[in-house]
Amino acid sequence: MQVVRGKVLALVGNHAVAYAVKQAKPQVLAVYPITPQTTMLEKLSEYVDKGELKAEMIKVESEHSAMASIYGAAVSGSRVFTATSSQGLLYMTEMIYWVGGQRAPIVAAIATRAIASPWSIWDDHQDFVSKRDAIWIQMMAENVQDAYDMTLQAFKISEDKRVVLPVMMGFDGFILTHTMERVETLPDNVVDSFIPPRQFNLIDFDNPLGVGPIATPDKYIEFRYKAMQAMERSKNVIKEVAKEYEDISGRNQYGLTECYMCDDAEFLLIAMGAWVGDIRVAVNRMRNEGKKVGLLKIRVFRPFPKEEVNDILKGRKGALVFDRAYSFGSGGVLGIETRANAYGLDTPIYNVIAGLGGKDVRPMEIQKITEDMIEGKLENERWLL
Amino acid sequence: MKFLRGNAACPGCPIPKELDALLEVTGKKTVLVVPASCTTVIMGDTTGMPSTVPVVHSAFAASPAIASGISASLRSKGEKDYSVVVWAGDGGTGDIGFASLSGAAERNEDIIYVCYDNEAYMNTGIQRSGLTPYGAWTTTTPSGKREFKKPLPMIVAEHNVPYVATASVAYIFDYQNKVKKAKEIKGFRYIHLLSPCPPGWRYDSSLTIEIAKLAVETGIWPLYEIENGEFRLTSISKVLIDKDKRKPVESYIKYQGRFAKLSAEDIKKLQDYVDEMWEQIKGLIKK
Repeated sequence: MQVVRGKVLALVGNHAVAYAVKQAKPQVLAVYPITPQTTMLEKLSEYVDKGELKAEMIKVESEHSAMASIYGAAVSGSRVFTATSSQGLLYMTEMIYWVGGQRAPIVAAIATRAIASPWSIWDDHQDFVSKRDAIWIQMMAENVQDAYDMTLQAFKISEDKRVVLPVMMGFDGFILTHTMERVETLPDNVVDSFIPPRQFNLIDFDNPLGVGPIATPDKYIEFRYKAMQAMERSKNVIKEVAKEYEDISGRNQYGLTECYMCDDAEFLLIAMGAWVGDIRVAVNRMRNEGKKVGLLKIRVFRPFPKEEVNDILKGRKGALVFDRAYSFGSGGVLGIETRANAYGLDTPIYNVIAGLGGKDVRPMEIQKITEDMIEGKLENERWLL
Repeated sequence: MKFLRGNAACPGCPIPKELDALLEVTGKKTVLVVPASCTTVIMGDTTGMPSTVPVVHSAFAASPAIASGISASLRSKGEKDYSVVVWAGDGGTGDIGFASLSGAAERNEDIIYVCYDNEAYMNTGIQRSGLTPYGAWTTTTPSGKREFKKPLPMIVAEHNVPYVATASVAYIFDYQNKVKKAKEIKGFRYIHLLSPCPPGWRYDSSLTIEIAKLAVETGIWPLYEIENGEFRLTSISKVLIDKDKRKPVESYIKYQGRFAKLSAEDIKKLQDYVDEMWEQIKGLIKK
């Protein structure tokens, strides 16, 4: 396929996602304002108001209703979208699980943000990772370009007949939502053929169905088993979609993970989200100093790319997992995932907890803690306070 | 268009009849949205369903919002002459679902909302709701509820929606006329249907219609509609404006075990409540 360049725009993350949503042409949107997602909601309202996006936009009274109403729209055959953050995602949680269980094709953008209390409007990943058991595909963007690209891919993955699962696109609150970056967009017609209109509808007046009735225990576990299989199948679909996207955009799109400077790396740094950019800078600096370090970026958190992560971890002298979220009484969430899946490997895995509630983490600090690992001076878990 | 026999309703439960009467009017192009409630059970499990129209089951607090989404979706697809109907109990409507009900009413969503009010959380086994009447026994009000019923139809009417009505399964034509009217109107339409419950109200299951009738005849359940703000009594309730025509509330409560422990004072309180309500109704008619 031929690569077609679209417009190059300067966009803040929220507007980049809104732009992608406009191009994806959802028929129904429902959004409730919450910091730092609000400017996306405003931009979408503007698109609908001007007729640039021909969609029904339901200005709901809560996040719970936002997810509920797009669920109704999704089962009746519409392409749908919503976005939220932090407390809003928590308030939405009952419906997050509901639509996951029904495997409704829905795309939601999550401007990741710390959870109260105490109040914090700043970024971390606690809200996002708390939805890991809700039967949603979860992807994390590294930068604004990624947020744009991932949003388009999310619609295609979600609606793929082999998958039919809701998809959450996480991008760091303020760090990406409010930062303006250069964004290469796709032309509208290219998006049209990348994500053609949805063909899927459970509301059929000629063949009436009951959507989401009571399931007896044997049926319930069967539903869950099939959802598990769909999650596993989605791994290949995510990779396929990334490849197709790469072919049309000319941008390197990675599937479930991306490995940077990994080939000869003795030590690996593992992370997801916007601070992957800072870790990249730290890796470059350390490479200049002759240190054999590499970066493993987790692009898809659910389904967790266990096979890939294990393959990459094998034979390394150490791996350091960066966590912006913590499971209290246990450990960093990404750290737990990595360790659990790497069971049986010899690679020592360390966990650093940092950046909670938006606390800044600089490449210097990333370098310092990596050096501690290389020198064998790092404990299993360290908090950067 | 009928709700099918062989469903999982309790003996004497009016819900299948009420759904029957509804679907007879709204027809084949109806989507039912049903939150957690007795109807969830009546609809049966994944192996089949007694409904002849599509049903979207909903989490407890979510049905007005889900219906909003379905309605928007069908509209955007150019579908015509469809009805999206929320079919919810009193707890799902007046308590946990109240915020989303109010939201959908304020946005004037194009949906019909029917609250079948059996005056407690019957599906979980008779616990008090905000719509349980004064004095009624429930498992969470063992010596009788001390608060009065939330005046839900009036609260919904305060949202300035185009149509609000009350109904009773004992006056099926009145109920069906109201559904018919609701079907013809665009926007948010609300029907509050008193739905007696044999196990919850503690009466013999052969008496459902009799009790639904007595609720109207005693005036404790006035039948009315509010169309574009205009209040109107309907059916037999029109004559009940005259206090002498109304039966004493005692004749309604005496068949129901849930009111068995009411003192004379409690009964008077309930009677006063009914009389006051009718004074207010007189004021509404004059407007």
